[in-house]
Amino acid sequence: MTESNWIGSVLTAARPQAVAALLRYFRNLDTAEEAFQEASLRALRAWPKNGPPRDAAAWLIMVGKNAGIDSVRRTSRQDPLPPDELISDLSDAEAAAAEQLDAASYRDDILRLLFICCHPELPATQQIALALRIVSGLSVKQIARAFLVTEVAMEQRITRAKSRVAAANVQFETPGPAERAERVAAVAAMTYLVFNEGYTADVAEQGAKATLCEEAIRLARILLGLYPTEPEIMGLAALLLLQHARAAARFDRDGQSVLLDQQDRSLWNSKQISEGLALIDKAVRHRQPGPYQVQAAIAALHARAAQATDTDWQGIEQLYGTLERMQPSPVVTLNRAVAVSKARGPEAALAMIEPLASKLGSYFYFHGARGAFLKQLGRKEEARIAFDRAISLANTPAEAAHIRMQIDTLQAYGTQEVS
Amino acid sequence: MQYAILCYHDENVTCAWSKEEDDAVMAKLGVVMEKLTKQGKLGPVARLLPTTAATTLRKDREPPIVIDGPFAETKEQLLGFYIVDCASLEEALDITRELAAANPGGAYEIRPVGFFFEPPRSQSRAAS
Repeated sequence: MTESNWIGSVLTAARPQAVAALLRYFRNLDTAEEAFQEASLRALRAWPKNGPPRDAAAWLIMVGKNAGIDSVRRTSRQDPLPPDELISDLSDAEAAAAEQLDAASYRDDILRLLFICCHPELPATQQIALALRIVSGLSVKQIARAFLVTEVAMEQRITRAKSRVAAANVQFETPGPAERAERVAAVAAMTYLVFNEGYTADVAEQGAKATLCEEAIRLARILLGLYPTEPEIMGLAALLLLQHARAAARFDRDGQSVLLDQQDRSLWNSKQISEGLALIDKAVRHRQPGPYQVQAAIAALHARAAQATDTDWQGIEQLYGTLERMQPSPVVTLNRAVAVSKARGPEAALAMIEPLASKLGSYFYFHGARGAFLKQLGRKEEARIAFDRAISLANTPAEAAHIRMQIDTLQAYGTQEVS
Repeated sequence: MQYAILCYHDENVTCAWSKEEDDAVMAKLGVVMEKLTKQGKLGPVARLLPTTAATTLRKDREPPIVIDGPFAETKEQLLGFYIVDCASLEEALDITRELAAANPGGAYEIRPVGFFFEPPRSQSRAAS
């Protein structure tokens, strides 16, 4: 790693804490961001010469504060900021004093910064863009690329989001317990949105969108660092890690999506799986189940199976049952039905999903799953109709191609196939 | 004699490395480890996952309580270790300098090993 790369990582790591403290100080997102930019530029000049400070975030907060004040003063022609040599000579004692000032509000600062990005006034796409810009520090260009829009359009989206947030007047006082819990939940939901934006990309978009999954994991880690004993936050981090661990196996060389039971499990990222499994095990010990933990537990049962045939489908069915009680939704029922088909056969599964037809009639996966159950039952003609319907609703070419493969095997094996 | 080289780093920083940066560091460390292996100086090596995945068992009450997180909350966390076999502290320091050159930032604690036990291969559970 080159020196500038290394400083880049330190700046990225310090960014949420530094921007969050500067935001508390200036109470204005743009000023806080500019102050951080200025402090970063000074770090790039000073650190290679003087070596990095022991506490990078404290250094950046202190220099950023001065820079921000300086930019406010500039109009009134007051004293400029002292030259770099003086700033980079900040002793560790000074930085430590500055750090002490900020350490007390450290958690609420970062939580506030994260919460501003997912303010309920903002539509989901603006939440994601703002979080990636402000917290992760991705450039507008990088974010635009991930969303497959022009830089100008993304710049506008972020500007709109910022003015909405400014108008919403987020409280700077220390939040009470109830408000804090609400903020944590909102930030967790936003983090999951960022992840899904990357995860649902098809292979053509993978290059551009893979960053989103990694940034979401980083956001989850920040949140976990703030609330290391919160089981739902452990569940969220575990869920993202366990899902992202399969990234390398999710598409084949032709860009076709590969179903879970056909994936080459040796391509799964064992480091991410270990971390995810440790986190979900820790979370379960708290005996305060929640939707993220249940979803992570489902992902963990897949991750623990060395081969697809080892999968504990009964366990997965039970977990989907739990999730159904927590968050009733036809999509969750559909997922449970898939587990039922593996654990108890297609007949029970088909009976479970037939009542969902009115709600999920225009949902690709519903017709895909229904077709698969019918096919397993040997009801060839009905299966074909369901698969045709699925193809007409496919969101991506890969999805359509996958169903076509199912139709092909329908023709090849006819009604004889029982799987 | 044996030394444990304990690696400390701010895990927020190491978690901010991109996959390419991480791979590059691991590749450079791999070169050093290969050299040490050939010289017969390298023992077990481990890289630890973030402390957010850690659990602590504390014995300050009976029965001991299990809590989330690492034993100590510090700016830099224990992120891995190497066991090396060296003639002197100077040699252990030379090895540490080589490892340090491959790995930006952080700090190393070079600690003499007092007891070391390696179970026979057949009995130890294969690493997963």
